[in-house]
Amino acid sequence: MLKLLLIASVAVILGLVFRAPETRAGSPVKDNKDRKHAPEFALKDANGKLVHLSDYRGKVVLLDFWATWCGPCGIEIPWFEEFERKYKDRGFEVLGVSMDDDGWKAINPFVTDKKINYRIVLGDDVTGEQYGGVEALPTTFVIDRDGRIASVHVGLTSRKDFEDAIEKLLEAAPNAGRGAKRADES
Amino acid sequence: MLAVALSAQMSPNLTVSPIPTIKVTKGAATVVTVKASLPAGYHANSNKPTESYLIPLTLKWTAGPLQMDSIAYPPPKSERFPFQQPTDKPLSVITGEFSIATKFKVPATAPSGPAAETGVLRYQACDNKACYPPKNVPVNITVSVE
Repeated sequence: MLKLLLIASVAVILGLVFRAPETRAGSPVKDNKDRKHAPEFALKDANGKLVHLSDYRGKVVLLDFWATWCGPCGIEIPWFEEFERKYKDRGFEVLGVSMDDDGWKAINPFVTDKKINYRIVLGDDVTGEQYGGVEALPTTFVIDRDGRIASVHVGLTSRKDFEDAIEKLLEAAPNAGRGAKRADES
Repeated sequence: MLAVALSAQMSPNLTVSPIPTIKVTKGAATVVTVKASLPAGYHANSNKPTESYLIPLTLKWTAGPLQMDSIAYPPPKSERFPFQQPTDKPLSVITGEFSIATKFKVPATAPSGPAAETGVLRYQACDNKACYPPKNVPVNITVSVE
């Protein structure tokens, strides 16, 4: 009995020490009929090339609003790097939208340090407003192959929530939701 | 605009207490204490954050008759947060109410009478799950030079 108690206590302590970071529950994947088109944008990447969201049509996109000074963003970034490797061949891409006021001077060293393997563009307030007034970082949108927002995650979200959303969207056929509302429709 | 319910996560406002008029003497030194507070549940980086990419708390005096000598920031707290990995080092932060003391010299050439001394308090706050863009709060004091 004493041995069992000891094992249970050790298990509890290990669980506390090696716990995963606390996360906020993300929104579940919306039904096709409830998804709205993600607002189009044209933002520059590190090479000065204009990147349009529409360039990604046909792919599942994880659109992450983040900043170098955001601690919770730094927790999610390694997950996104892994998603980029794991799902790229199935038609998935991560697109990071940095909201750093200092621009590439702040972003480039961070990207190098963290070995970020997905594309980063420099965001602005206009784009943040288009996406509902992004204030809290990270805020992440998972977008389906038809360019519609399937789930929104504000604040640090569990890795499983992201993976579940990505898997579900990758399995779905494109154009499954014709007639979806546009972003400016209520 | 995209009708997404993002408004629940609003950026916290740091409040600065009003500072009464300060009487100063030409050629002397004076200390001005700025009292500020962050809402419960939020923290801001201290003046000396643990990582170079974190934005520190700073107070910059931008205009006025006084000559800034030194600034004493509040002692930071070393805290761990739920969003950190177990291997991450604790963060150097401030929470709740805090004070920043500035030591000024009053130039002998300062004009007599009332004058405005203005500054900017810059901070970047987070809660346990998200971070918010850096903000600048104006700090205004009235000094009466004698």
